[in-house]
Amino acid sequence: MTGPGSTVEPRGAARRLLAANAWLVYAFFYAPILVLIALSFNENRLVGVWRGFTFDWYGQMLSNGAVLRAIRNSLIVAAMSTVLATVLGTAAALSLERFRFRGRQAFDALLYLPVIVPDVTMAVMLLLFFVRAADAMFVVSGAQVRLGLTTITLSHVAFNISFVAIVVRARLAGMDPTLEEAAADLYASRWQAFRRVTLPQMAPGVLGGALLALTLSLDDVVITSFVSGPGSTTLPVYVFGLVRRGVTPLINAVSTAMLVASMVLVLASVLLQRRRELS
Amino acid sequence: MSQTLAPTPEPGAPQHDPDELEGRAADARSRRGAWIALPPAAYLVLLFALPLVIVLVYSFATRGTTGQTILSDWNLLSYRRLFDPLVREIALRSVGYALVTTGISLVLSYPFAYYIATRSPRVRNVLLVLVMVPFWSNFLVRTYAWRVLLSSSGPVSQLTELLGMGQTRLLFTTTAVVLGLVYGYMPFMILPLYAAIERIDLGLVEAARDLYASGTRAFWRVTWPLSRPGVIAGSILVFIPSLGAYVTPEILGGSKTTMLGSYIVRQFLSARDWPFGSALSFVVMALMLAATLIYFRTGGRTL
Amino acid sequence: MRKLIALGALLALLLAACSGGATSVEEQAGGGGDAAAQPSASEAAGSEAAPDSETVSCEPGETDGELVLYNWTEYIDPELVTKFTEEFGVDVIEDFYPSNEEMLARVQGGGSGFDVVVPSDYMVGIMIDQGLLMQLDKSAIPNADNVAEDFTSPPFDPELAFSMPYQWGTTGIGLNTTETAEDPEATWGWIFDPEKADGLDGQISMLDDPREAMAAALSYLGHPINSTDEAQLQEAADLIAETTDRLAAFDSDQYEDLLISGETAVAHGYSGDFFAAFDEAEDGDNFTYVIPEEGAVRWVDNMAILADAPHPCTAHTFLNFMLDARNGAQLTNWNYYGSPNSAAEEFIDAEVLEDPAIYPPEDVLENLQFIEDTGDAETLYTDLFTQAKS
Repeated sequence: MTGPGSTVEPRGAARRLLAANAWLVYAFFYAPILVLIALSFNENRLVGVWRGFTFDWYGQMLSNGAVLRAIRNSLIVAAMSTVLATVLGTAAALSLERFRFRGRQAFDALLYLPVIVPDVTMAVMLLLFFVRAADAMFVVSGAQVRLGLTTITLSHVAFNISFVAIVVRARLAGMDPTLEEAAADLYASRWQAFRRVTLPQMAPGVLGGALLALTLSLDDVVITSFVSGPGSTTLPVYVFGLVRRGVTPLINAVSTAMLVASMVLVLASVLLQRRRELS
Repeated sequence: MSQTLAPTPEPGAPQHDPDELEGRAADARSRRGAWIALPPAAYLVLLFALPLVIVLVYSFATRGTTGQTILSDWNLLSYRRLFDPLVREIALRSVGYALVTTGISLVLSYPFAYYIATRSPRVRNVLLVLVMVPFWSNFLVRTYAWRVLLSSSGPVSQLTELLGMGQTRLLFTTTAVVLGLVYGYMPFMILPLYAAIERIDLGLVEAARDLYASGTRAFWRVTWPLSRPGVIAGSILVFIPSLGAYVTPEILGGSKTTMLGSYIVRQFLSARDWPFGSALSFVVMALMLAATLIYFRTGGRTL
Repeated sequence: MRKLIALGALLALLLAACSGGATSVEEQAGGGGDAAAQPSASEAAGSEAAPDSETVSCEPGETDGELVLYNWTEYIDPELVTKFTEEFGVDVIEDFYPSNEEMLARVQGGGSGFDVVVPSDYMVGIMIDQGLLMQLDKSAIPNADNVAEDFTSPPFDPELAFSMPYQWGTTGIGLNTTETAEDPEATWGWIFDPEKADGLDGQISMLDDPREAMAAALSYLGHPINSTDEAQLQEAADLIAETTDRLAAFDSDQYEDLLISGETAVAHGYSGDFFAAFDEAEDGDNFTYVIPEEGAVRWVDNMAILADAPHPCTAHTFLNFMLDARNGAQLTNWNYYGSPNSAAEEFIDAEVLEDPAIYPPEDVLENLQFIEDTGDAETLYTDLFTQAKS
């Protein structure tokens, strides 16, 4: 594709402006993050007032069972719901962008609703639904179903399908379909055509969608708190409660730890990719 | 990379009557499309549409004296309350904030996404992930960090003081609310924009550059129209959550401006008026859905 | 494919569950089927309100499985949880909620799986009315005798049939004495009186809660905190609206931080939060907490057992455990909120016990009122407050 030297890239002042804007945006994104990290070392219990440097909050975090359990729950839910939502959302995007079928328009409309619905409304309706579903399960099979990580994951997938689908569709829309048609005509299997032509073409969209889904899942408070059960409090829900009781640097320490963990993951995947490319 | 994969036709491929083939192929494609749509559609019907029906039913119910929902005395009272001037005022204000947020996000995100999309593939992915990393910390904690940044003794104020403009407190102003909203939802703009721009066949732009003299014209005639799907998707992903936002106006705006999101939350929580909350969210959803569909269908032309 | 079949089966189940139409939905509405079917029951407030409420009988110290505790965040000393586990050999599963309303919404649907919740005063009344709470078996809670006389007959649960007090405090004003006055008067005027608040523009915060904010305004105007008189409520809302320009923020979470960091000079908030913050501040002596003389809110959080608690006997044992004199004292020494446990007093640190802001003198106590549920007026409170804010 194009390297930095191509004619596509704006030259001169425009190019410098683009770069400047990019760095400004990054500065904007990371400024509060720096504050957040700095304050996690604040000796003072009151977040906004600096007193001195300490690692105490990290120690407290590691010895706080509730925090560790919340982190674990968050990671489980985020991982499972991101995978599920990415697969389902990509399927939805593919079917809508590449095929005509009956009910397509209705499906199209249904797909936008989870993005549009206010958080708290979705929370209330899912809670009412799960309680009824659990009752129905109990009547039919005698099995006691409780709210918990499963219901949280199901709920996250329910809103994330739409977000993934929208991002992937933005990628697919207008992407030249003749390529895959040509491939489908030639290769024996449609699967191969999909895997070798369509998938690589839409991969950036899928990655973007997955990243968005992961972010939304890691940040959701309202819906999660409604559909969670005993022992399934996730990190944002726990933090939300802590904030109500007064923010302490403990929360900043937890947030920083999450950041570092995700940075490590990203770095590892980049290194892995590079090694694969080299070999 | 796609070009290299494009297969060259093999000689001696079987020949068929093109018309008959096309008809059958269309049927097969339609069936295949429906099969691919089935899992996500089934999921959304079961875990979204069905629960949504419950809310619809609730919107016709009555609030009991202690805030329980009485599901027997069906009426339209909750819908009548929607015409309250308070509701109109809140709705208009929210739309205003959401529009400003979307506009600023677009102006900042487009060149940003363009910049990333024109890097080499490996750098591109790293840059993209770097956009998301800050958002894997906690939303509330991030927003509280902004409070520190914007307070009267914070860095922003110190900077303006150094510049001789005196102390400024942005915290608890409408500027702070918009800033917080832009911060919170800009990734939703960047991701679809990036996906759309990265896809553009840069050969086209190059050709345009060769033909048109100016890069600006090449941009408006080629790049911008081709990236429109991303602009539309991004605008919707920013506009809608901004409209429903409630944490940001509360924390950074000092809760002095009530937006639709906060108002709906208040109905479900402190007022314990689930029927009104349901009616309100239902109408908001219906309006937004209509707007979204119209925007998507006509967006290609009006933008 | 298996997933599809499973989905289909679930769908069929749901359709079956919904086919009863309105009737089957009605039974589960808002938590108490009875509340929905006979709305009149909710009007008869008090302990007799829920005639068919669940009861159990347990022995003191009996356990029937783990304890599932649904509590405010950071509201119990972790050591007390450990102690309970060790003493009775049962696990404790803790979950947390940020507000009464969220807790209510969560348990209203039923089948939440929680045993013990810790609702505030007015919320206890609401939960009783909605049939969400279990009638307590007092024979399993011998330590109920430790409850101080002040708390044995609260308006929301006059016979403590459904709840036991956990901790209590007041809602008042935290002040920066260098910005306001050396020895500030105890009055709501710091917020509402334009003369008193002169020079404090943009340095005042109020709680972002319709009932608390309105209670402050109502007290200042000399009206009752639980007024349902529309004219009085309107007057209070107008007062808040006039004040809004002077306010920095409506804030229920961080007001103590804003006060300490100098962002505000006057903050409307809860007693315990201020004490903890003053304690942390370098210049803690520059701050003080006052309970306005016009009257103020006194609140008490209470332990209650859900009607559908899976482990009711463990729950009773836990209530009894928390009402133990030493355990009650340990809780208060940990979070600086008042203990409703009279037997605990001898074990409470002297500095806490002697602090008039934590344990106010009799004449101040007389001016304090609980927030009670006002029924239909709640929507009015919310709307008037929303209107006043903007």
